[in-house]
Amino acid sequence: MDLHNFLYGIYPYIALSVFLLGSWLRFDREQYTWKSDSSQLLSKANMRLGSNLFHVGIIAIFFGHAVGLLTPHSVFTGLGVSDMTHQMIAIWAGSIFGGMCLVGGAILWLRRMFNQRVSAVSRGSDKFILTWLLITLLLGLSTIPVSIGHANHDNPAVMIALAEWVQSIIYLHPDPSLLNGVDTIFKVHLFFGMTVFLVFPFTRMVHVWSAPFGYVARPYQIVRSKRFR
Amino acid sequence: MKVRAQFAFVFNLDKCIGCHTCSVTCKNVWTNRKGVEYAWFNNVESKPGVGYPKQWENQEVWKGGWELKNGKLELKSGNRASKLLNIFANPDMPEIDDYYEPFTYNYAHLQNAPLSEATPTARPISQITGESMEKIKWGPNWEDDLAGEYHKRSKDKNMDNIQKEMYGQFENTFHMYLPRICNHCLNAACVAACPSGSIYKREEDGIVLVDQDKCRGWRMCISSCPYKKVFYNWESGKAEKCIGCYPRVESGMPTVCSESCVGRIRYNGIMLYDADRIEELASMENEQDLYEAQCRIFLDPNDPEVIAAARAEGINEDWLDAARKSPIWKMAMDWKIAFPMHPEFRTLPMVWYVPPLSPVQSQIDQGNLPVGPDGAIPLAGTMRLPIEYLANLLTAGKTAPIESALNRLIAMRSYQRSVHVEGKADTRALDAAGITEDQAKEMYRYLAIANYEDRFVIPTGHTEETLDDAYGFQGQNGFSFGNDSSHGVSKITLFPRRRKDTVEPKELAPSSDNS
Repeated sequence: MDLHNFLYGIYPYIALSVFLLGSWLRFDREQYTWKSDSSQLLSKANMRLGSNLFHVGIIAIFFGHAVGLLTPHSVFTGLGVSDMTHQMIAIWAGSIFGGMCLVGGAILWLRRMFNQRVSAVSRGSDKFILTWLLITLLLGLSTIPVSIGHANHDNPAVMIALAEWVQSIIYLHPDPSLLNGVDTIFKVHLFFGMTVFLVFPFTRMVHVWSAPFGYVARPYQIVRSKRFR
Repeated sequence: MKVRAQFAFVFNLDKCIGCHTCSVTCKNVWTNRKGVEYAWFNNVESKPGVGYPKQWENQEVWKGGWELKNGKLELKSGNRASKLLNIFANPDMPEIDDYYEPFTYNYAHLQNAPLSEATPTARPISQITGESMEKIKWGPNWEDDLAGEYHKRSKDKNMDNIQKEMYGQFENTFHMYLPRICNHCLNAACVAACPSGSIYKREEDGIVLVDQDKCRGWRMCISSCPYKKVFYNWESGKAEKCIGCYPRVESGMPTVCSESCVGRIRYNGIMLYDADRIEELASMENEQDLYEAQCRIFLDPNDPEVIAAARAEGINEDWLDAARKSPIWKMAMDWKIAFPMHPEFRTLPMVWYVPPLSPVQSQIDQGNLPVGPDGAIPLAGTMRLPIEYLANLLTAGKTAPIESALNRLIAMRSYQRSVHVEGKADTRALDAAGITEDQAKEMYRYLAIANYEDRFVIPTGHTEETLDDAYGFQGQNGFSFGNDSSHGVSKITLFPRRRKDTVEPKELAPSSDNS
């Protein structure tokens, strides 16, 4: 087995398994460590700008990837979305939200590294994961000129190949050869992206699981009883 | 009617000497840990002053507590949707400098420094960064005993509508201590603001706690608590607050701050209240009606109807008995001399305060104060502590109840003075203040003598009701199984470990053995 087959045939499953089992294990056994780990108390300056840009950007990017890559091709064609339209939406949305995420992420990264207080209380994993996310983002952003190049030649083949590869992973018949004709920058981006899932359970990223949507529907006051009934 | 019992407090400000024993005992027991060095579940402020954290009472800054929006009760910081929209960066979040940067000193340098002309100094070290601090600019009690400039202290929110310049003059200046803990509110804003639902009120005793496992560090409670008594532990990333010393209270002991109080100013007891009326009574149109509204939520523990309803809710007889003997009920309801702090925050706080009048007494004795027709009670408006100030603190600015309480406190003294000095009871002051001789005697016993058993009427928790199998539990108490003991010998862990050590100076003092 060569590196290509390992990285795009086996590594995705390692990353996803660790992501799911690791998250479950940490939630089950170490819930006290399950938190957003905010450092806003220590430094508030630029947090509203930086954190909001970063989070809105990265959430939009996540769902953009999910919808764009996981939706079966037939659904897009059925809805009348041509491959070129799809690719142009991806380029535009990726540029806008990627740009937001980059600006916000840069603000947060500078703060994390160089604000004396924030830096002093940061764990190694805090600095690592933010840096890793930003590198992944930069790699993702640098695929955009390549995509524009493909679009200029009316050639959606790379985008379709990427979507089919992701779906081949999800449907459990991995086919690394789908990526044979894909530009290297995409493949590097894929590796960095998959690694985010791999390290997810061991970093502060776990707070993503706990997005508190239930708050919208719950009554304001909460009373707990210790009584056995 | 839904009867619930609440573990409640009264602090008698008239006797607080500002010694900070409460703060120090609390600190040593609960917050002497990494991440909460700056947090004081109990603190004592010198008033007037901006307090801890700075300007905590000014809700235009912090957006704490509740407000009426179109007649409906809503968190001042915004509704549920706005909480979620602001979750990435809470715009109302205080910063560590609003409290103070926690520090220690490089004490060892005093012993290690080489011989020199100048006396060596122990420089301050930040307990966050571990670096030397140029200058300590603020602390947990920076304004102690009116320290600092008056124009800065007078930014105190309670000085609104008061002629500040007049009280800045030396001969008119006034001072009081304000000890503060979590109010364990009936309509707690921190509970309501928590997106993950980790903060809750205990049904049995009303103590408000943060579930440390469920807290995700969204930090909405920090800004929503109008008393700024929920703290963010920057090490654990969790919210922490006064736990009402529940392990002590459950075994019938007073909280550690109350137990250690040198002036014996703290009272712990049970209040029964009607949980069905919380929203209604917290929604009074006029802020100045909120103090009386909160009095109406309390249920008379001697009323047979209340007793029957309480039994139906499963409240035990010893708790009902404690409610009947409650020092809180006596001061808040019988004698009307205790008040909730800042009722206008609409959280229905359960730490109540007897307003101070100490500086008045000597003025009366010296004949410096004009007195009323009975020849004993000074006119309330002539006291050193402006009534408006106390009213802004305790009744949303309504002066009549404060005036009445102060009159009762003075009348009680006047009566006792007549008995012990003149040898003949003079009840004129009591009559004018609207209290009976018996009440005055009881007030004297509770306020002046303040016996331990009168101050603390605390029924024990009913553990037998919280265990489904008490027999099976016997023999296991004190042992922990499973995850609690998993921090064993392995040096490597996949998940982040707690960093236990607080910052201490790296330089060590010489050991006495070596000399």
